[in-house]
Parts: sequence; C-alpha cells; structure tokens
Amino acid sequence: MLQFESWKKILVLLVTVLGIVYAAPNAMPGDGSESGNFLPGQKINLGLDLQGGSHLLLRVDMDVVIQERLESMAETIRLEFRQQKLRFSDLDVVDGTVVVTLRNASDGDAAREVFQEFGPVVSITQDGPGYSIAFNEQGLIDLQSRTIEQSMEIIRRRIDPDGTKEPVIQRQGADRVLVQLPGVDDPEEIKRLLGRTAKLTFQLVDTSITAQEVRERGRAPSGSVLLPADDDSGEFFVVEKRVMVSGELLDSAQASFDQNNRPAVTFALNAEGAKKFGRVTGANIGRPFAIILDGKVVSAPTIQSQIFGNGQITGNFSVAETNELSLILRAGALPAPLIVMEERSIGPGLGADSVAAGQIAAFVGLALVMVYMVLSYGLFGLLADVALLVNVVLILGALSAIQATLTLPGIAGIVLTMGMAVDANVLVFERIREELRRGRNVMAAIEGGYKRAISTIVDANLTTLFAALFLYIFGSGPIKGFAVTLSIGIATSLFTAVMVTRLLVILWLERRRPRELVL
Amino acid sequence: MRLKLVPSETSLDFMRLRLPALGFSGLLVAASILMFTLVGLNLGIDFRGGILIEARSTDGPADIGGMRSDLGTLGLGDISLQEFGSDTDILVRVQRQDGDEQAQIAAITAITDTLGSGYEVRRTEFVGPTVGAELAQKGIYAVGCALLAIMVYIWFRFEWQFSLAAILALAHDVLSTIGLFALTSFEFNLATVAAILTIAGYSINDTVVVFDRVRENLRRYKSYEQRDILNRSLNETLSRTVMTSVTTLLALLAIVLFGGAVLRDFALAMMWGVLIGTYSSVFVAVGALAFFDLKRHLDEEDDPGSPAEAG
Repeated sequence: MLQFESWKKILVLLVTVLGIVYAAPNAMPGDGSESGNFLPGQKINLGLDLQGGSHLLLRVDMDVVIQERLESMAETIRLEFRQQKLRFSDLDVVDGTVVVTLRNASDGDAAREVFQEFGPVVSITQDGPGYSIAFNEQGLIDLQSRTIEQSMEIIRRRIDPDGTKEPVIQRQGADRVLVQLPGVDDPEEIKRLLGRTAKLTFQLVDTSITAQEVRERGRAPSGSVLLPADDDSGEFFVVEKRVMVSGELLDSAQASFDQNNRPAVTFALNAEGAKKFGRVTGANIGRPFAIILDGKVVSAPTIQSQIFGNGQITGNFSVAETNELSLILRAGALPAPLIVMEERSIGPGLGADSVAAGQIAAFVGLALVMVYMVLSYGLFGLLADVALLVNVVLILGALSAIQATLTLPGIAGIVLTMGMAVDANVLVFERIREELRRGRNVMAAIEGGYKRAISTIVDANLTTLFAALFLYIFGSGPIKGFAVTLSIGIATSLFTAVMVTRLLVILWLERRRPRELVL
Repeated sequence: MRLKLVPSETSLDFMRLRLPALGFSGLLVAASILMFTLVGLNLGIDFRGGILIEARSTDGPADIGGMRSDLGTLGLGDISLQEFGSDTDILVRVQRQDGDEQAQIAAITAITDTLGSGYEVRRTEFVGPTVGAELAQKGIYAVGCALLAIMVYIWFRFEWQFSLAAILALAHDVLSTIGLFALTSFEFNLATVAAILTIAGYSINDTVVVFDRVRENLRRYKSYEQRDILNRSLNETLSRTVMTSVTTLLALLAIVLFGGAVLRDFALAMMWGVLIGTYSSVFVAVGALAFFDLKRHLDEEDDPGSPAEAG
C-alpha cells in the first residue's frame, strides 16, 4: 500500500492538472469562449434556476387536430359524393368517427373508392347502408408524430426567430413538448407567443343574411358560419365557410401603421397566394372580406379593387400586439393548440442571487470543514484539506467537461459532498490511530490503516451512488442536477481520498521518515 | 493538541440500550405513520398542483396586508402569503384553480397584474394537476427503487441479516423524516424527496461502515460473545461516526446560514437526516442485527479479491 508506482503518481498529477484546466474558465470573466485555443474554454452550464429562464411543459391538444381532420374528411366525402351523384344522408362527425349513410346500397363500391382515398391510416366499418370512417391506431400515431414535429418547429420559430437564444425544445412522451428558454425577462411573453395557434384565413362575408337574423333563427345558412369579432366587442359576422386564402401562403408579415397611424400588420403573400388573392378580390369587388385569426374576425374591410400580393390587417391593436402578431404569422400556425401543463420561470435577479448565495455557502462550508479537519488530525488533516481542494477543482472540472447543468440543489450537492468527501480520509485516519494504539510502528500503522479502510470506503460510496442513481432516473430538472453533482462528487472523493491523500502521505513519509506519529 | 469530540478508546455498552432504543424507534415510526395518516403532509405545488409566485417589493418592506386584500378580490380561493428570506420578498401560494390548465395560467396573469409595478416577480411556478400526480408517482418510485437497490447490494456484499437490518434502519429514517414533515407542516416538495434520498444515502453509508467492522470482528474474535462483538464494533467506529457527522453538519450549516431561502428547508431536512441516520445506524441497524445468530465464518465464502482480506 505504501509503494506508489510512478505511473500512479503521474496519473494523480495528470488528473489534477486536467481538473484545473477544465475548471479554469469558470474563474475567468466573460463567457469563457475567448480564453484562447489551449484551454477547453467551456464554463459550467448553469441551470435555469441559476441563470434565470423559463421551463414550460406543453401538451399538444391532439383532440382538436383529430376533429379538424375528420371534419375535412367529411367535407371531402360531401364534395366527392355530390360530384359522383351518390345519394347519402346523415353525414356527420361523431365521437372521433365520420359517419354517413348511403341511400342506395348499390353505390357501396363507389363510396368505398372515395373512402380509400384517405389511405391506410383510416379503417372503414360498414353496417348495412351506414359507413363509419375513423383513424386506426397507426394513423393516430402518425398524425400525432407529425403534429408534434410541426409544433416543435413552429415553437422554435416563434420563441427564437433569430436562432440566438439556444432554447431546448424536446418531445416528451406521447403528446408533450418540453421548452426551456434561458434568460427570459418576461415569461408571460412566451406564453402569449405560444398561446394562440394563429390560424389565419381570408373568407368572404355572407351578405345574404345579417348576424342578427342568424341568431334569431338559431342557425346559419349551410355553407356559412357565425363568428365573433376578435376585439371582444360582442359583434358577430356571418362568413362563408369556404377558405379563400390561408396563412400558409404568407410570405412575410411586418408590424406597421395604417393610414390613420394606428398599429397594423402588413403582410405579403407568396406567388400562389397572390394569384388566389387577386382572383378572389377581382371577382368580389364591393363585398366585405373577413380576415379571421383563430376563429375570430379581426376585421372585414370591403374590397375596393383587385388586390394581389400585399395587404394590411388592422384592428384594435397596440404596437406590442402588432409586433407579436407579425412574429407569430411569420413563424406560421401551430397545427394544434398548446396547453401549459407545468411552468417554472426564474427571473434573472433571483438566479444571480442564488449563485451568489451558493458561492458563499460553498466557501464557508469548505472553510469550516477544513478547519475542523486540521484541528482533529493536525498535519494529516491539512493533507486531507489539500485533497479536498483538489476534489472541488475536479468536481468543477468534470461539470465543465461533460457540460452537465449545475442547478441550485446541485450547489447543495457540492457543499454536501465536501462534508462527506472527507469521510474516506476520516475512515483511514481513524484506522491509523487504531493501529498506532495497537503498538505498530508508523509505517505499519499507515499501511494497515489504508489496507483495512479501503473496502469500507468502496462499500459506503457505492451504496450512496445507488441513491444518487435513482434520483437521476426519477428526478426532474433541478433534482437531476443534484444527482449529477452528487454522483460526480462521490467519484472524485473516492479518487482524492484513495489516491491524492495517500500520495501526499507517502511523500511526507519519504521525506521525513518519522519515528513516531501523533494522530 | 487534537480536538477530539470522542475519547480515543471508548467501551460504551450500546447493547444495553438496545431494547429501549428499539422501543423508542418503534414509537417514533408509529407516531410518524399516525401523523402522516391523520394530519397528512403539507404538499407543495409539485405534487398537489397549483401556483407559486415569488415577488420582491421594489421600495421597502412588502406590505403583506395590502397584498392580501388586493389578491383577495381576485376570487382565486385560498391564497397564502409568506415572507421569504427577507422582509422585501414574499412567496404567494395559490391553490389549484377549478377548470383546466388555461384557468391556472389566467390566474397567474391576474396575480402578476394585481401586484403591479411595485413588485418584481422573481419566480413563477405552476404545476398542473396531471403533472403533479406524475411527479408524486415518480417520487415514490425513486424512494422505493433506491431502497430496494441498496438492500440487494448489502445482501450481495454481506449476509441477508445485514440487509434486513439495514433496510429496517433506512425505513426508520425515511418514515420518521416524513413524520417530521407532517408534524411541522414544512412544505413537502420535490426537493424534499431529494433530501430523503440523500438522507437514505448518508444513513446507509454510516450503516455500511459499522457493518464492515462487525463483519471483520466476527472473523477476528471467533470466541467472543456476539453481543460483545457488536459493542466493540460500535465503539471502534464511534470516533469516525461522530467525526463524519460533524463535518457533514458543518457543511450543511453553511447552506442553512448562507445558501439562501430556497435551499434552507432542504439543508434543514438534511441536518435532521444526518442526526437520525447516525442514530439509526447505531441503534436500529446494529440493534436489529443482535436478534440474529450471525455466521462466524464469513471469510470462507467472501470474495477472495476483497482488499479487506489482506488485513
């Protein structure tokens, strides 16, 4: 135990130097990227609770998407059946299924051909003249995957339009998306940005009937629908169901002002959109044309002349609202509404305070433990303290090297490790004391102390590692961070206690060749 | 001159206190279970769902009374206000709102709007009911799996009697910590689960050290009474047990005093855990071990590669 081969000395030195090199950027000002080419230059990744930021767990509301798809299927069936002169009744969407009844049983084959158009994602069941069409399992899974992928892309474009903020956007489980955005000043803004699907459509207003009459009658003419105004004025519009131009054809959208100097959003359509827009506006001069956002009528200006690529959306907007709206329109519509399941937002002030408090606690904790060790074990305590410092450097270096995220509980984990890291040394030192009491000479006592303590040290640390492992598996966010620092701390304290302190003790023995030892 | 909290050589008769201590622990655990079932835990929003907002007054101490009456008009139900760390910082807790997630988000907006410009919102946390239930489930899994893994490891390294005794001690620590939280109505949240798992880790660490010594002494003093071997093992490791507890407590004390309000409860729970973990290693784990007739020839079937063999 007291022979320390040169390769082990080199290993200890190498690991320590590596630790210092990796930990060094954290002691430097700036973000560490300018520390030159010879250093790794990456600082520890601070968690959202330390640097401030927002953590949102969102659920993608699949029910809405499925309902939309089914309604569009029903619409396709209606058009196709009419075109092919198939007589039908009771076409409807009920409980996630499109149902339709054929008048003539002989039309069955033709009807099935129409249904086949929807592809292998639907299953068709027949009950006499009645047919039901629903998504099958694979179809639902495909639809869900596609919807979530699209949602993630749109989320990214909305919260990070310039690609500079380094957000984390991850799929979680079947229908959830985790969004983590560092350094947010106003978490409400993100929720506003993600809070609307932003489906923009242009539909003609049905001028054959007034909203008042529709409400009295209780239903709109077929092919039309009653929609509320966007400004909560209580006003309603009757608009045709047919979508003339939709938001997917937008090329750009910018916040601007209208001729009365009120905030507005100016948009430009792409080539396909411009063609469609020109055709509709050309044919309907004099009619009001509704601009509809998420099922609400933003405005319904009367078409004065044929318009091609460009237009303006005016309404009761503030400048901030036009900025957000234009950003959302540029990013595109979400395929489904997002529901916030969990939110944790930390302001930058609190994060900075936490880092400061954590640092003070760490320094004080370190100092207390170091002083206590020296008081208890004298020179050997001092050697253990050197190892403890190496330990702290190694923890910081390891965290920087693997770019683990340091959270506030993670800082607690480091401070706790400082208290527990000396345990391995304590075990050895207490053993040496026992051996000395048994009358062994210095060399034999130290050798025996290390030999006997080591299996205890390994057992004790491995069991703690189990606890940390399960914290990591089942923990979320900051708790995971705690588990990571605790695990790294266990590994580094094993190394420093078994290798570093022992090397220091051996070096001391070789220099001094002490006859006796008071421990 | 050395600082020694424990004399170099002690010969305390721990085993004489074994039965009273086990009785006390039994009562403690029973009382904890009773507190848990009758009073229940003060569950944080992590598990119950709800809203938590930390706000700092931008001019002078926060006016809790004013805030209470302002927020009371919002009709959000049960709102609790609490000073947090300093008299300018306030923690606002709002019960889970009726309705879906959107209703919760609307409540957050209403609160931050009502607080107005006199307050800086430093932290907003919202946990929906679905997520809360999932987090609670994960917490239970985490504690359960960790205990199981530790049990299997000890069984593998020692004998089944040790494993059983260790798990008794661990369950004792976990249950009495939960009981303490029920008694004090300290908030029980995700960080508490982390604290409990860390307590389990610390306690088992302590127990393993004592068990290692018991195993060693069983081999070494084959002619001794088992009771004397257990006592001897506890006395021999006592100095280390106290030393490590003190260093860990010192580190935790630093967090309590300087680590900020968020970590204070966590560190306090840990300090309790160090105390109860140390106590249970001595009295519950070794105390339970005394009920068994332990094998004396462990070395014959022990792993020959183990470094301890060399001694």
